[in-house]
Amino acid sequence: MRDLDASPKVEAAQIGRIFREESGRSVATLIRIFGDIDIAEDAVQEAFAVALRKWPFDGLPPNPGGWITTTARNRAIERLRREVRGRELLSEVATLSPGNDDPGMPKEVGPVQDDRLRLIFTCCHPALSAEAQVALTLRLLCGMTTDEVARAFLVAEPTMAQRLVRAKRKIKAARIPYRVPEDHELSGRLRPVLAVVYLVYNAGLTGPGEPGLCSEAIRLARILSTLMPDEPEAAGLLALLLLTESRRALRTRPDGSLVVLGEQDRTRWDRVLIEEGQAIVRRCLRRNQPGPYQLQAAINAVHADAPTVEQTDWWQIVALYDQLLAVAPTPVVALNRAIAIGEVRGPAAALALVDDLDLDNYYPFHATRADLLRRLGRHAEAAAAYERAAAMAPTNAERDFLRLGGRASR
Amino acid sequence: MAQYLLSVHSVEGETAPAMSDEEMQQSWKRIQVLNEELRAAGAWVFGGALHEADTATVVRMSEGEVLTTDGPFAESKEHLGGFYIIETDDLDAALVWASKTTEAVGKPIEVRPFRASEA
Repeated sequence: MRDLDASPKVEAAQIGRIFREESGRSVATLIRIFGDIDIAEDAVQEAFAVALRKWPFDGLPPNPGGWITTTARNRAIERLRREVRGRELLSEVATLSPGNDDPGMPKEVGPVQDDRLRLIFTCCHPALSAEAQVALTLRLLCGMTTDEVARAFLVAEPTMAQRLVRAKRKIKAARIPYRVPEDHELSGRLRPVLAVVYLVYNAGLTGPGEPGLCSEAIRLARILSTLMPDEPEAAGLLALLLLTESRRALRTRPDGSLVVLGEQDRTRWDRVLIEEGQAIVRRCLRRNQPGPYQLQAAINAVHADAPTVEQTDWWQIVALYDQLLAVAPTPVVALNRAIAIGEVRGPAAALALVDDLDLDNYYPFHATRADLLRRLGRHAEAAAAYERAAAMAPTNAERDFLRLGGRASR
Repeated sequence: MAQYLLSVHSVEGETAPAMSDEEMQQSWKRIQVLNEELRAAGAWVFGGALHEADTATVVRMSEGEVLTTDGPFAESKEHLGGFYIIETDDLDAALVWASKTTEAVGKPIEVRPFRASEA
């Protein structure tokens, strides 16, 4: 018997984090080997169970990601060998993977990143609904549980489970291919992929303790912009994420409470990320094919240039929002433009614009109204708007921030 | 390889703007070209246009007897107008054929995989 009192070498929470980080890569590789999403997912889940049993006593393997892929692959092969259809599939796998000594034994080196790229293009295939695309990407590439994905979309867990099952069934039944699109189809196929990566980043930004998603999204954006150097929006998305990431650490205090842009310690913004992001924005500007991601990146680049909130070039930000509203005329863009207008023309002008927007179910709308009403001295209305925003806020940090009237707690 | 049904649906009463003889000829020609292309690519399994839905007859079992009724099965305004069955590697290839079909016939195309496609 093992000594149960001995403190484990690896905590379960750490194992969970490692699986979150690594499972996308493993699932992508296993889908390529076995040509089946469910087999890949189940096998990685089994590997997780094995890790939970072993790692606390044995310690971390030298290469946890490689361990997960190898263990999951072996589990899948063992399981398939027990089934007739599985044995057929394994012989297909063997013929499809020439050069491997053992069926289903891929070299650990090789196009690992391309596997994830294949997977994201499959997950974001236009034959799938937008909801299904995002759900699949978060589930398969980012290793989120169905429950976590459900919460990210504010839907019930069984609804999300059903959505995922249906999407996976369609991929299999309709034979949605597992490959990176060819050059001539790439630009059309890229749009939903960029939208999904952006959403994944935001899930990491606002989600409870999911910073792994942010680096995951940046990594995906980096691969996409490298693979598609002729797509300015892929570069624009990467720049936007880098510039947002440069101040992510300053967004919250150690106790989890939120720090708005104007109150952040700008000397602690990550200059390396800012410089990389701004360099991409400059290249995009020279190319002069503006799109929504490039314009949002440019707006963030202007913020990054300002040593204080007062010294921000708000007129330039308003001009960029005008352009953004022209290419992406959504009420959320209009809301952000109104906030910038508030900086140059005052809260009354901004509130007039905000009150015209149909965003009752969007909590930043109420938070913005609350802030503008407070600045106008309409305190009772501001308190009511803060309360509405707080009731809808997705995280405790944002809820607490709003309950405190949108001001720092210290 | 997988097989897909590419179906053309027409809405009852929703008549397309009347085509001139010349336009009819052109449309027919486009479809002939598409059919040739499908055959040359080895994607063709079967295809054809159907008569109006009111030419349909439905046969069903009712209390152990075969019952025959006049008219289409579904009391819907939309009916199958014609279809192709094609064989391709994957959905992307099928969607390319569907794009060519919708261009040729000027109507939306539904693409649906066959169950037995693995055989």
